[in-house]
Amino acid sequence: MRSYAARRAVNVVMLSVTAFCAAAALFSLFFVLGYIAWRGLGALSWAFLTRLPKPAGEAGGGIANSIVDSAKLVALAGAIGIPVGVLGGVYLAEFGGGRLGALVRFCADVLNGVPSIVVGLFAYALIVVPMKGFSGLAGSVALAVIMIPIVLRNTEEFVRLVPHALREAGLALGVPRWKVVLRIVIPSAARGIVTGSLLALSRAAGETAPLIFTAFGNRYWDSGFLQPMAALPLTIYTYAISPYDDLHRQAWAAAAVLMIFVLAINATTRLALRTQAMEAR
Amino acid sequence: MKRIAILSTLLFAAPAFAGAIVLNGAGSTFGYPIYTKWADQYHAAHPDVQINYQGIGSGGGIRQITEKTIDFGATDGPMTDAQLAKGPGKLVHIPTVLGATVPILNVPGVKSLRFTGPLLADIYLGKVAKWNDPEIAKVNPGVKLPDAPITVIHRADGSGTTYSFVDYLSKVSPQWKTKVGVGTSVDWPVGLGGKGSDGVTGLVKQNANSIGYVELIYALQNKIDYAAVKNKAGRYVKGGLASVTAAAAAARMPKDYRVSITDAPGARAYPISTYTWLLVYADNPTPQGKALKQFLLWMLGAGQKDAAALGYAPLPANVRAMVKKTVEQLR
Amino acid sequence: MSAEALARPENRPALKAIPVAGPREQAGDRLFRWSLLLFALSVVVLAGLVAWKLIAGSLMTWKAFGWRFLFSSAWDPVNDKFGALPFIYGTLVSSALALLLALPLGAGSAIFLAELAPRRVSDVCTFLIELLAAVPSVILGLIGIFALAPFLSAVEPWLTKRLGFLPLFQGAPYGVGMLAAGIILALMILPYITIVSREVLLGVPRPLKEGVLALGATRWEMVTRVSLPYSAPGIAGAVFLSLGRALGETMAVTMVIGNTPKISASLFQPGYTMAAVIANELAEAVSDLHLQSLIAIGLTLFGVTILVNAAARLMLLRLSKRHS
Repeated sequence: MRSYAARRAVNVVMLSVTAFCAAAALFSLFFVLGYIAWRGLGALSWAFLTRLPKPAGEAGGGIANSIVDSAKLVALAGAIGIPVGVLGGVYLAEFGGGRLGALVRFCADVLNGVPSIVVGLFAYALIVVPMKGFSGLAGSVALAVIMIPIVLRNTEEFVRLVPHALREAGLALGVPRWKVVLRIVIPSAARGIVTGSLLALSRAAGETAPLIFTAFGNRYWDSGFLQPMAALPLTIYTYAISPYDDLHRQAWAAAAVLMIFVLAINATTRLALRTQAMEAR
Repeated sequence: MKRIAILSTLLFAAPAFAGAIVLNGAGSTFGYPIYTKWADQYHAAHPDVQINYQGIGSGGGIRQITEKTIDFGATDGPMTDAQLAKGPGKLVHIPTVLGATVPILNVPGVKSLRFTGPLLADIYLGKVAKWNDPEIAKVNPGVKLPDAPITVIHRADGSGTTYSFVDYLSKVSPQWKTKVGVGTSVDWPVGLGGKGSDGVTGLVKQNANSIGYVELIYALQNKIDYAAVKNKAGRYVKGGLASVTAAAAAARMPKDYRVSITDAPGARAYPISTYTWLLVYADNPTPQGKALKQFLLWMLGAGQKDAAALGYAPLPANVRAMVKKTVEQLR
Repeated sequence: MSAEALARPENRPALKAIPVAGPREQAGDRLFRWSLLLFALSVVVLAGLVAWKLIAGSLMTWKAFGWRFLFSSAWDPVNDKFGALPFIYGTLVSSALALLLALPLGAGSAIFLAELAPRRVSDVCTFLIELLAAVPSVILGLIGIFALAPFLSAVEPWLTKRLGFLPLFQGAPYGVGMLAAGIILALMILPYITIVSREVLLGVPRPLKEGVLALGATRWEMVTRVSLPYSAPGIAGAVFLSLGRALGETMAVTMVIGNTPKISASLFQPGYTMAAVIANELAEAVSDLHLQSLIAIGLTLFGVTILVNAAARLMLLRLSKRHS
């Protein structure tokens, strides 16, 4: 056994090392955010947010269509993915004790682990090739496939947190099970379900890889879902690998826009979750 | 229910312009600057037509037009017979402009280098690996070359720029021909891959002592130094409008327009010149097909005037007349 | 799914108090249960469809090359010869590198947040670190191209001078390459490792910790002798989950790895990953065999991530068994 002083010294040194690790992790966050703010915010302007892109190499132009199309893509993805995820999650929590539940859980984990580029490949084979055209629809389906397992497992978690006593009280009053679930269980878990769905939406909003062979990109307004559509992350990617300094500047500005959006959703939902957890305590 | 109905019409509605036609095209990044320029100008003159062009590489243009996921493809390397046979209909090559592929350089302190074809091949084969290699010094007398390794940059994706570059290397270097070959993407012996002409230009800009190859316009717009290349007649020529047109004049245009004009004869011809083509179906009786035909006719007329400002050579007059006849026969 | 949810015991007893389908189940209840099941099963259908599309889309490649496809390093679209080895290698090395960088940092942060920091500070830090996990990968790629790569190409010559006797640090300083990809990936998985490990460490029973402290152990000894061994399966689970993410990450890696299908010992040299080659070449593969080979790479990646995720689940399951 080493002397007490030596052990104390080791203790202090090692604990300081862990504090340093935490500081480094936090520093990386602040570096990322600060760097985007530094490069991106300066390039932001009203014109940039409200104009269409210019031909390659001409200065000016904006990302208005990317913002609008991104919102449309994510909205449709949510309209497909959230109902499936929420209802499937309620099934898992309420009835999913058996083998069928285990199978669904396994498949959800498999889907959750599928790399996003492979999801894009899947949507390309499933929709783009048979429908003979790149489309916003294909992009939304790809994003929905990414969202479903996230929403599903999240919903299951929150529905399970609803106390048994609530269900039993309802059932004891003679209320049918389906009514208990719809009227008592889901409303009690609603906050968690909504925040989980919002987090899934923000994740979908930042995805690029599944959109390359599906939504494809567009330079105009008003594209319907059966046409190629622009998307903010896709625009950032194409601009970032372009050789034009002006497009690099625009890529940073677009990144700042995307970052603000994603952070706003994340910060508010996580804060809401946290206060809920506090109340529960 | 009503709200859902309104929402779904909003979401799925075709473009708000009544009767607006969207033409989706994709392919060559070589032609990206001029195609997006044309798209803008044509849309200004004909507000009911939107042309959405995405530069995904020539290989992509060929693949996607064969799959019919787009209305027109674009490529800088002509399709092979086998590729043409796979399409669901008869595909026609429509030459649009001419361009030059230039070796771009980022070597601190060195300007305006000169290369021979075999030397370029040796650099891309990895046989010449340092800037002060005697082979490079021999054709650049009086230039002080750094003692630094050459960072070779090439395309990571399928590309017509690659096609015309390696097509040239194959013509001048037997070793290249047997070891690597010709294609829109090849098995590169050395170097770093960038996606798109954009990616290659970006990598060259970011890496000192590097060499890459891009379409002339990318070099001009980024003010990157590009090298002169020795042509068949033994002269060192830089890529440019006049030297590309000279190369085109030396070649004879076949009926299907699939022609290679690399390593062209002629004292002023630039050796890595190429036509670039749009790929369209000969039979396309849809509204898109009709709009596309009108756009192609416009492109052969007014559109050609935009070429020079973007660093492309317009089609020679005789070729233009020939192509016009072909376009008029599209259905 | 939130990281906390991941760390939570999975096999919590499923509502045993209420009979799932007793004899008195009403018609309405049955209808309700079946319609919910329909939605749940759509997940199974989707997973099956993904697998089927990937298998059906790559048959030609498996027929042409068989298992050798996975062990060949040819990638020659001109002569239609394809092999996945350089991409598998690049994927494994970049992910391993990311773990090597992120695991000590993440575990250290987790120890600090779980065992040392006051609860309030720990909560705020965790909240911030969760935000790091939300940064879209294309944005990290952007930072990789414009901040990290220039920085690395300045630092690499110095490393070569000091450590150049190792093959790891040889070669031209490109900036972009395996090292850049590893660093960006580390940045992406650091929050996962930190948050899941912290959650797992917080789950170590109090009496155990207090016991060793009462016996005169220092805090650090408590961490190494009790907390870490106890939560090892959970931390391993966190590592596998992060590994799953790193293996499949596409955009950020494509932007910084250099996109060259070569196997080289040096970390400075460019490489290629499975996800990146699909992103670069799928839309432009001209020959059918080329396209099918890309899908075959997709299938391989799919298989590997399933295995890694299954391993992660297994580890977390073992931990939750220990709890009960």
